[in-house]
Amino acid sequence: MTPHEAKGATQYTTYHPRWYRTRVSTYWWLGKWYYLKFVLRELSSIFVAYFVVITLLQIHSLSRGPEAYARFEERMRNPLMIALDAITFLFVLFHTITWFNLAPRAMVVRLGGKRVSEILIAGSNYVAWLVISASVAWFILR
Amino acid sequence: MAETIQLEVTRYSPEHDAAPTFQRFEVPYRKDWVVLDALNYIKDKLDGSLSYRWSCRMGICGSCGMMVNGEPKLTCATFLSSYAPDAVRVEPLRYFPVVRDLVVEMTDFMVKLQKVKPWIIRKEEKSIADGEYLQTPQQLDVYKQFSMCINCMLCYAACPVYGLDPLFTGPAAIALAQRYNIDSRDQGAKERMDILSQHEGIWACTFVGECTEVCPKHVDPAGAIQQYKLTAAKEWFKSLLMPWGAK
Repeated sequence: MTPHEAKGATQYTTYHPRWYRTRVSTYWWLGKWYYLKFVLRELSSIFVAYFVVITLLQIHSLSRGPEAYARFEERMRNPLMIALDAITFLFVLFHTITWFNLAPRAMVVRLGGKRVSEILIAGSNYVAWLVISASVAWFILR
Repeated sequence: MAETIQLEVTRYSPEHDAAPTFQRFEVPYRKDWVVLDALNYIKDKLDGSLSYRWSCRMGICGSCGMMVNGEPKLTCATFLSSYAPDAVRVEPLRYFPVVRDLVVEMTDFMVKLQKVKPWIIRKEEKSIADGEYLQTPQQLDVYKQFSMCINCMLCYAACPVYGLDPLFTGPAAIALAQRYNIDSRDQGAKERMDILSQHEGIWACTFVGECTEVCPKHVDPAGAIQQYKLTAAKEWFKSLLMPWGAK
């Protein structure tokens, strides 16, 4: 019994005694950019989680006073940490852009009986992103 | 001498072969020929034992889906000229059991399709004397895209989730369930939700999105599944906030 049969969903076996079933290769995602992009997008979640943890640690050390924050900064200056952060930045950027581009597919907004165009829905996400980033930058850099 | 093109076609005879092999055929190359024309040429002139499904030749019956150079395609709408002068490899639809040569076993899809109840469900049927269920063009527009599905199963061959987990309900069946859910005449969304909000239903989908890319009728099954997820999440939240409001 193949795994396919073991998991159910087949009938009429008497009429097709020798079906041929292919196995899905472990590396199915390597053959095609579209699949690879999907796997990278899934993988990017790990870096998003890492980014959240680092940000929480940063806020935590900030709340414990200037000395604790200086120690945090010192740790983050390690070249290994900088390299990891650079990779994290790229993955978070990739995650954000692919997420925004996919948003219109899940969100159907109808105004006056017509579906709002995909560009408008994705665009409003990007605009919100820009506005929030700009206000955070203004808050930190002013 | 007329130009020719090479076709590499999967051959599998369940009585004789342990595994499929490829057979090379040389067929005339004509600009107006699709892959299905080349297969028909092989069957007529070179090897009458070649087995494959086809019917309408015009992209509406959904029978002739096969893998062409590794991509799920309707062979009646895939021109040889897109590949010439290179050889064209024709294989049976991926992830389905092969019955013979290019013919796959599709009971699995048929069972799943029926399970999601892709028909109009009414709590109470109107009597014939009461007339038709009317619908405005705007109401038609809401689901029309999803109703274009021809059940060709190319989206299943494009879906790695279906390949890895054969229990997954799959793109076309969910898109067709959604087609009826958002039809203004239908009242069966709750019934379908019970089936589709299971793990093998919408939640198995990881939004690879390739089903939408390969769909010859631009149905966007990936979009349908994500929209359904949104609805299911909202329903779940509503039942959490207002448990007395259920049903």
